[in-house]
Order: sequence, then C-alpha cells, then structure tokens
Amino acid sequence: MTTLVLIVSLVVGGALLVLLARGERFVFRMATPVVFGLLVLWLWQVACTGYGVPLVLLPAPSQIGAGILSHLPTLAADFRQTFLRAVIPGWAIGSAAGLLVAIALDASPFLRRGVLPLSSLVSAMPIVGIAPIMVMWFGFDWQSKAAVVVVMTFFPMLVNAAAGIAQTGAMEGDLMRSYGAGYLQTLLKLRLPSALPFVFNALKLNATLALIGAIVAEFFGTPIVGMGFRISTEAARLNLDVVWAEIVMAAVAGSISFALLALVERIVTFWHPSFH
Amino acid sequence: METGRPDKPDHGEHEGRPKSEQSDAAPERSDARAVIEAHDLGVTFTADSQTTVALTGVTLSVHQGEFVSLIGPSGCGKTTLLRLIADLEQASTGTLVVNGLTPEEARKRRAYGYVFQAPALYPWRNVARNVMLPLEVMGLPRAERQARAARVLNLVGLSEFRGRFPWQLSGGMQQRVSIARALSFEPTLLLMDEPFGALDEITRDGLTLHLHELWRRTSLTAMFVTHSVLEAVFLSTRIVVMSSRPGRVVSVIDSDLPRERDLDVRETPEFLALAHAVRAALREGHGDV
Amino acid sequence: MAMFERSRALPLLCVVALLIVLWFGAALAMNWDQAQALADDDAGWTDVATAALSLDRPLLPTPDQVASEMFRSVFDYPANSPRSLLFHAGVTAWAAVLGFAIAVVVGMVLAIGIVHVRTLDRALMPWLIASQAVPVLAIAPMVVVVLGSIGQTGVVPKALIAGWLSFFPIVTGMVKGLRSSDPMRRDLMRTYSATDAQVFAKLRWPDSMAFLFPAMKVAAPLALVGAIVAELPTGAQAGLGARLLTGSYYGQTPQIWAALFMAAILAMLAVATVDGAQALLVRSRGGRL
Repeated sequence: MTTLVLIVSLVVGGALLVLLARGERFVFRMATPVVFGLLVLWLWQVACTGYGVPLVLLPAPSQIGAGILSHLPTLAADFRQTFLRAVIPGWAIGSAAGLLVAIALDASPFLRRGVLPLSSLVSAMPIVGIAPIMVMWFGFDWQSKAAVVVVMTFFPMLVNAAAGIAQTGAMEGDLMRSYGAGYLQTLLKLRLPSALPFVFNALKLNATLALIGAIVAEFFGTPIVGMGFRISTEAARLNLDVVWAEIVMAAVAGSISFALLALVERIVTFWHPSFH
Repeated sequence: METGRPDKPDHGEHEGRPKSEQSDAAPERSDARAVIEAHDLGVTFTADSQTTVALTGVTLSVHQGEFVSLIGPSGCGKTTLLRLIADLEQASTGTLVVNGLTPEEARKRRAYGYVFQAPALYPWRNVARNVMLPLEVMGLPRAERQARAARVLNLVGLSEFRGRFPWQLSGGMQQRVSIARALSFEPTLLLMDEPFGALDEITRDGLTLHLHELWRRTSLTAMFVTHSVLEAVFLSTRIVVMSSRPGRVVSVIDSDLPRERDLDVRETPEFLALAHAVRAALREGHGDV
Repeated sequence: MAMFERSRALPLLCVVALLIVLWFGAALAMNWDQAQALADDDAGWTDVATAALSLDRPLLPTPDQVASEMFRSVFDYPANSPRSLLFHAGVTAWAAVLGFAIAVVVGMVLAIGIVHVRTLDRALMPWLIASQAVPVLAIAPMVVVVLGSIGQTGVVPKALIAGWLSFFPIVTGMVKGLRSSDPMRRDLMRTYSATDAQVFAKLRWPDSMAFLFPAMKVAAPLALVGAIVAELPTGAQAGLGARLLTGSYYGQTPQIWAALFMAAILAMLAVATVDGAQALLVRSRGGRL
C-alpha cells in the first residue's frame, strides 16, 4: 500500500514539476522549488510512517515537528548559548579585525606580499581544529567558541577585503591624484566604497563559517548547553528527534542571517553591476 | 614652437637650453601668458631590464586661451606627455613648468582638470555627487559645492539628470558628466586624453561641437589628445603632431580657422588644407627611421 | 632596492620569521605562571624562562616543542602503529580522498543534469544555493550514529560527510562553468546543427574547467575538514580528529598542535595536488585554462 502511494506521488509530483518548470513567469520559478520541497517532505512522511522506519534511523517530518514543539525551551537555551553568545560576537569581531588589517596592509606593499599568501593558505586549513586549544585558553564556556569563530572569520575577510581594496581602478586613482587628494581621502572616498562588494561577499561567507565553527567547536566539549553540544550528545543517545530539531533550527538561523545580509548588501551596494 | 624664455624660473629642475625647431612659427603674442612650458622633455620607462623611450626632446609652449591638440600614432607618447603635465608621471629629462610652478605644485593647487578616455565616474554616487567629488576633496562648504555643481551641470546641459546614477546614462552623457566634473572647480587648464574615443561617430560629433562651444564661452586653455585628424583640426588653435616611438614632436601647425566654428566648417577648403597638412606630418612621423 | 621590492619569497620569509618570534614571546608570557608555580623558591627568572619554554603541559607549546613532537610521532613509530601521527593522518586522508572523489563524480553528474534538464534546474538549483547558508557539518554526529546503528562504521560515514561538504562547491562551480560559454561560440555550434551531447563535449566541458579547478581547490580542504569533524562525535579511535580529541582530554598540548599542523600539511598537499592537476591540464591546452 505504502509503495503504491509512493509511486503514485512520485509520478504525479514529477509530472507537476515538469509542467511547472516550463513556465517562464516569476510565479512559476518560485513555485517549482517549493513544490519540489513539498514533494520530498510528502514522500519522506509517507515512507517513514508507512514502512515503520524506526525513530532512531530516520524520523518522519511530523515527528520532527512534534520534537521541535516539545523541546522549545531547550532549543531556545541552545540558541542563546551558541548563536547569540558565540556566533554573532565572533563573526563581528573576526570580520572587523580582518577588515582593519586589510586596510593596514594596504599601506605597506611589502607586508601585504608576505601576509596575503599566508592568509589564503591558512583559510584552506581546518581551523576548527583549534577548538581544543581555545578551550584550554578560554575555558569551556562560550568564550572559547567565540574565539574559534573569530579566527575562522578573520582570514576570509582579510583576503577578500584586501582584494577589494587593491582592485580600485587605475583611472579613478589618477583622478584622485589630480585633485591633490591625500591618502586618507582617497581611502575613504574611493577605495573603501569600491571594496564594499568584496567585503559583503566575505561577510556572507563568514556568516556560514561562524555558525559551523561555533557548532563544531562545541563538539569538542562545552558546558551542558549549546547547539553543537546538544547535537553530539543526543545523537550518541539516539534521540534523533532533538537532533533534527536542532538542525532545523540551525538551518533556519543560517538562512535568515544570509537573507538579511543579502538584503543589506543590496541596499548598500545597489550600484554594483551585478544588481542591474 | 617657442624657445624657452630664460627669465622664467625653473624651480629646481636642471636648466633647459633653447633648441632649434623644425618648423618656423610666427612670433607669439607677448601678452599671452604661457600656461605650460616644456623644454627638452624626455621619458624613459624601465621594466624588467627592458627600457622604452616614450618621449624624447619635446619642447613646447602653450599659452592662455589656446586649444592645443596632440595627435599621433599609438605609442607616440602623447598620453605620456599629458600625464607629465598632470604630474601623473615623472619626466626623466628636461624641464616642465605649469602655471609657473612645478607640475607637482600645480597639481596640489588644482590648476587643471583631467578628463580620461573613460568617464571614470563613481557608480555609488549620483551625477550631482560625482561632479561634487573634487569639491569635497578640496574641502569646499556644502552650499558652495551644490551651487558650483548646478552651474557646471547647466553648462553641459545635464541639469535634469543630477539625481541619476552613472549606469542609467548613455556613454556620451557619462562623458559629459566627466567633463562637468573636471570644470567644477574652475581650473584654468583642461587636460583631455581621447575623451570621445569610446563613443560612436554621431555622439562624437555632438560632443565635439559641445566642447568647442564650452571652450569659446569660458577662457579655458585646453590640451586635447586624439587619434582623429578631424577632431584635432576642428577643435584646435594649434595642432602638435607627434611621431611614433620614441615620441617626439614632428611639427606644430597653427590653425587659421575662425574662432567661432560649426560643424559645416569641416567642408571648407581651409579646413581640408589643414587636415591635409596634419596627415602629411603624421605620415612623416610614422614612416621615418 | 628594486629586487627587495619585487621579490616574492622575501616578504613571506620575513612575515614567517616575525610570527615565529612572536610565538616564542607569547609562549614565554603564557607559560610563565605555570613555570613559576613549578619552580623552586630560589629560582632566578632566567630559570623560570627556560622552564616556561619546555614545560610538559604548556598552555602554549613553543615552535621547537611542536616540531620535536611532530618528528617524534612521525619517525619514531612504524607507520601502521596507532602511535604514529602518519597513521592517523593516513586514516583521515583516506576518508577525505574517498569523500572528495564521490563528491566530484556526483557533483559533475548532477551539474550536467541541471544544465541540460530544465526541471532539475528549476526544482533543485534553488535548494542547492540555499543550502550554502545551512551549517552542513552539524549533521555529522547524526550521520555517524545512524550509519553506526545499521552497521556502517569506519571510513564510510566519514567519507560520506566529507563528500557531502565538498559536494556543494563542486556542483555550483560546475554549473556556473558549464553555463559560462561565450554566447557567440554557442551560436556557432548551432549553425553546425550540433547535438546537445556534441555541444557538451566540444564546448561546455572544456569551458567548465576554468570553474571546476577553483571549485576543487575549495572543495578539497573542505573534504579534509569533513573527515576530521566526522571523527569527533563517537570518540573515534583513529584519525587526526581523534588525535585532537585525545590530546585535549589528556591535556597533551604538543600532541594537539602536532595534529593540527599535520592537518594543515594535508590541506596544503590537497591544494597543491589540485594545482598540479591544473598545471598539467594547462600545459596540454597550450598555456591557458
């Protein structure tokens, strides 16, 4: 019976998707991924409940939803510990530091040639691994996780901001020179504004890195609260509904942060060719 | 062409010796101020142990109110010469005096406005704010900045577009904004490096006429780098023809066209004769060994 | 002076040297309290300083302590002993390589599907883009545990997580690359009535390489991170992540640092391998990607 429902749903859903994909108008473009998502949820629900898949293997969406509702206080506490205390401050400090160092490096081409290759190298490394060291230095609580996030977000911002500041057009630079503009004036009126698209690129990238960093840093040990902590301990206990609830919350938090940043980016860098 | 006047101060550069010139010129009016004086200018670039002589032995005087075109084949150093005057490059040899000062001092005192080949407008500023950019750098108060911007936008005929952004304007309009910006702080000297090069012919014609009328109405001195013989002859009071690399001045041709011109002048025999002379000089500069 | 300004190795060496000096200084400062507490009452500060730079469980090991720990754990044990750092590096690297390979294959296939099948593009692509905002690594513990409960332990869950992480940059890069062909070249293919498959093989695939390699350069270190993180949740016995965990449980700081540096070396090797592959491809294409 379940198999029948699944097959029918797949066929009908698939046909619907093919039809929707033909449409060119905005409403069709929005509808297609949404319908796809709903189809996946539906098939998942039917398969889990129909085949009696054990909770420890894969909970159904309905069970996840119930899990979210019943664990709201825990979720809120974890959110506060991880997102509000580690992710946001860490992301802000790391990005700001990266930007400031990029501006400082602009003044010394020699230092820049030394630091930048090193930074791109470091940003390819598994920086999350410094979590145990941060715990040793800052203790088990949120400070060590924030420290990990700071280090993780510093390098992408440094590399991107430095690239943005360096790519100012030669002509525009000559123009400022012809006005007798000093270094500071040229920095504030030309190079920083034209570097903004790069800065926002790094801010969005860092938002994702910050969330991952804070959660994974908690895998190494944390007091009894936090998203990463909850995920790793509840997974070990096979309470997968809580784990899924935390993951959904992380996904929602990540998506909203990203969308907010994209909105701010659009407002501030409205002039960039990619928007028109 | 003029020999240098020995009583002009040199401001620390090594002295230039008067050079004999290649073409005879009528003596200049002695009441016209020399805005630019170049003696034996030379520029040599070295990159990775390759030396390129961009300019050599350039001696030139430009007087108040003149419109001087620099024309020559690619790589003849005309842009380099303009950039020397603007203190965007350093000369390797020779002396250069702008408004009686070294190029660096002239730049710091904002003696000239520069127009590039591309509009080089800032995309995050609207037209009015783009025009006000040099005024901000110079620290003028806001009311005055706005007044000057309005005046100069009116001059180029773009007042209704003051709130638009650069990407909302056509190429020709963007270049007009660029010219307005160069004029906003009322320099005495306007330096233009092939400003209409990237535009189509119809737009170019309109802008060339526009520029000519602008020059006539103000008392600007202008130096104009171009590839186009027609543009050079139409706009100028004097045409300086340069040779291919290493760039030097091949000849200087004075224009006897009336000061007030419209596009029809391009068909008059005087115009054609001038164009012919310029082309002959170009061939001479391009072909010689 | 010119050589000083243009060399590429010199600034790098200077910065690294500076960092090492700062590191020693920081180690001295941070380990001071512990050294002082452990020292005899009559120890002078030079004794404390020397002790601070050679503690057993320092807060911050010195560069030479880390280096000697690394040498010890690499060369003092046979490569298949669980005490050898190389052994752990191998375990992690194997999972990462496997995961990366899966990601590349699946990613390419999916990208080709997305570019050629409109339904896939419209339905799936928005989700792929949106997923970049989701902390994928948070799923790691769950995957390990779930797979463990159906009997899959060892390299499989680690490879899956590593692959999952590195999959996204590859798909998005490949899709972008397959769509990056110059419209004029695509039109040319259309005038030949080329089939989709031919267009893919002769145009899209070669054009996509310029995007595939940077994507792989990003994805390879990600696979490594995925493999390391996948070792954390169940207190795995082997691998660099496990080494980091045990180091932190037993306060063996030099061990932690050595494992970290080994991970960094693996990451550099990964990126260098992709670069090497890219260089080979560039050579076979006559100098450009």
